[in-house]
Amino acid sequence: SVGHDNNPPPYTQLAEHVLLAQQCQCRFQLSLTLLLTPDYPIPITILGKQTEQKKETMKIMVAIKRVVDYAVKIRSGVETQNVKMSMNPFCEIALEEALRIKEAGMASEVVAVTMGLKQCVDTLRTGLAMGADRGIHVETSGPLYPLSVAKLLRALVEVEKPGLLILGKQAIDDDCNQTGQMVAGLLNWPQGTFASKVVLDKEKQIVTVDREVDGGLETLCLDMPAVITTDLRLNQPRYATLPNIMKAKSKAIKKFTPEDLNVEIKSDIEEVQVTEPPKRKAGVILSSVDELIDKLKNEAHLCADQAVASKE
Amino acid sequence: MASVAALRALRKRISPSFTSRIIASTSNSRSISTLVLAEHQGGAIKPQSVSAVKAAKSLSNDNPISLLLAGSGSALHEAAANAASCDPSVSEVLVADSDEFSHPLAEPWAKLIHLVQQKGGYSHVITASGSFGKNILPRAAALLDVSPITDVIEISDPHLFVRPIYAGNALCTVRYTGAGPCLLTVRSTSFPVPPILADSKSNEAPITQVDLSTFGEDSVGKSRYVKHTSQDTERPDLGNARVVVSGGRALKSAENFKMIEKLAEKLGAAVGATRAAVDAGYVPNDLQVGQTGKIVAPELYMAFGVSGAIQHLAGMRDSKVIVAVNKDAEAPIFQVADYGLVGDIFEVIPELLEKLPENK
Repeated sequence: SVGHDNNPPPYTQLAEHVLLAQQCQCRFQLSLTLLLTPDYPIPITILGKQTEQKKETMKIMVAIKRVVDYAVKIRSGVETQNVKMSMNPFCEIALEEALRIKEAGMASEVVAVTMGLKQCVDTLRTGLAMGADRGIHVETSGPLYPLSVAKLLRALVEVEKPGLLILGKQAIDDDCNQTGQMVAGLLNWPQGTFASKVVLDKEKQIVTVDREVDGGLETLCLDMPAVITTDLRLNQPRYATLPNIMKAKSKAIKKFTPEDLNVEIKSDIEEVQVTEPPKRKAGVILSSVDELIDKLKNEAHLCADQAVASKE
Repeated sequence: MASVAALRALRKRISPSFTSRIIASTSNSRSISTLVLAEHQGGAIKPQSVSAVKAAKSLSNDNPISLLLAGSGSALHEAAANAASCDPSVSEVLVADSDEFSHPLAEPWAKLIHLVQQKGGYSHVITASGSFGKNILPRAAALLDVSPITDVIEISDPHLFVRPIYAGNALCTVRYTGAGPCLLTVRSTSFPVPPILADSKSNEAPITQVDLSTFGEDSVGKSRYVKHTSQDTERPDLGNARVVVSGGRALKSAENFKMIEKLAEKLGAAVGATRAAVDAGYVPNDLQVGQTGKIVAPELYMAFGVSGAIQHLAGMRDSKVIVAVNKDAEAPIFQVADYGLVGDIFEVIPELLEKLPENK
């Protein structure tokens, strides 16, 4: 892959594993690592530190959300107890993009942030295991709407001063598609929503974004700092490897409360009820194409000529 | 006078939170007036924006509707004239003519909504929930410090809305309780407009220019439009088509997907696709139907080689008639299909092509 050249050399990575294995007093871990990576040269100074310091200091902040797993069939009233929870798929893509930018040497640090109940820390750990450098958790209770999330994010941006804020385009639970646009508005930063390609120009401090819009693609050029929200086709998120999951346990997660950030959590919208959508009536299984054409003509009152006629 | 004094005395005694609730409820009952942010192209307003006007009409009977159009050049003024007669209930067309609006960049457009809203004091701001509206409206909402409501499918009363959540597997009724304007994006398939509009030339709304002298410059230039790449197609627009023919992974190649296109041509239909088909490169991504793609509700939706994942169903479950053709009798698509045919699409589609009556 393109970003690979800028990765630390493999032995450093391996050294970290060795260190980790030593810390864990787990020789099995070490042998597993060596077994899985036979191509790596045998390290001579395995605990040698990487001395080269990168000059790049841009931070990327990524917002991630814990949601009901995408493959779960939602039961009535939206049962969230004892249901598999995961990182919102669009957030995984956002984090992956941030990691790729860092691996290409364009950023120094990726900070993953999340808001919500204390269980959200699990999702944050997943993000750290994917490769985020550290995490921030703003612990809240009760429902959190995009306006509040955007205000919390603005406050965190003011603390961390990232050059890019990357979010998913929507959460698959509330399907709002608002937070990124709102935080951009609050910060008065330019926004590149529904991104399917992101190209950073470090020198000029601009980012070029291809956006998935109705009827095609649109390319925008944004001055940094900027907010980007990711579409599905931006990238293919990586899996967290076992060593990285282990390593993530020792990464720092900073806790904030909304009060720390001077944000008042209030809402101007209120959920009245959640209902099941109307059920479709049972359909019929046909046996032949002729029958299908007949049904379309006679029962659905639709056929080719009619559709064509109405088009004209 | 006495009552005012009594009210004042009462206000002093009651708690501040109670007062704010009174203020909120008075603002809820104030008269309704709507600003509809319209999209236009080639000198006409887009059908989705006409749907947004229809949604605005359903807020209340007595609802002056202002249409806001922005852009530059003659196409804008042509579109404004078109907008003025698009629906008899449009009471005013506002036109913002500036080079800053020649492309739909969120930064200037959100500021424009903010400006026009502050001047007009509208109770509601509505736009269709396409990529244009979803990009701009939440940003405008943040500037106005209000929560927007996305993808409204039903308006129960001026502050009570129904919207789908969890990929359409649940419907959520939300009440807007804020004192500020209520910002909505509406799903255009839920507010359909008759294809041919009544001749309403006699009822043309006045066109007013928006005064942009107070329009700040500070967000301008932070984002620049580079280009737009689109697929030229003569088929009807996916979002508004009466018939949609869609294909999934089972088509196996871009070459085979041409069968779907041929069938669509024969039916005068738009072509849709599943995420799998898009990811595999059979078709461009703007044809994706589903939770994250387009939401369609045509009269007839024909799914070929589509398994029926939750995320795909989210985009087409409101179609009037659903036809599914799939080799796998257990495919979830058959649970929503009105007419199912278990069979090989590579046999069924050619047969359909052959047996369907000739186009024209």
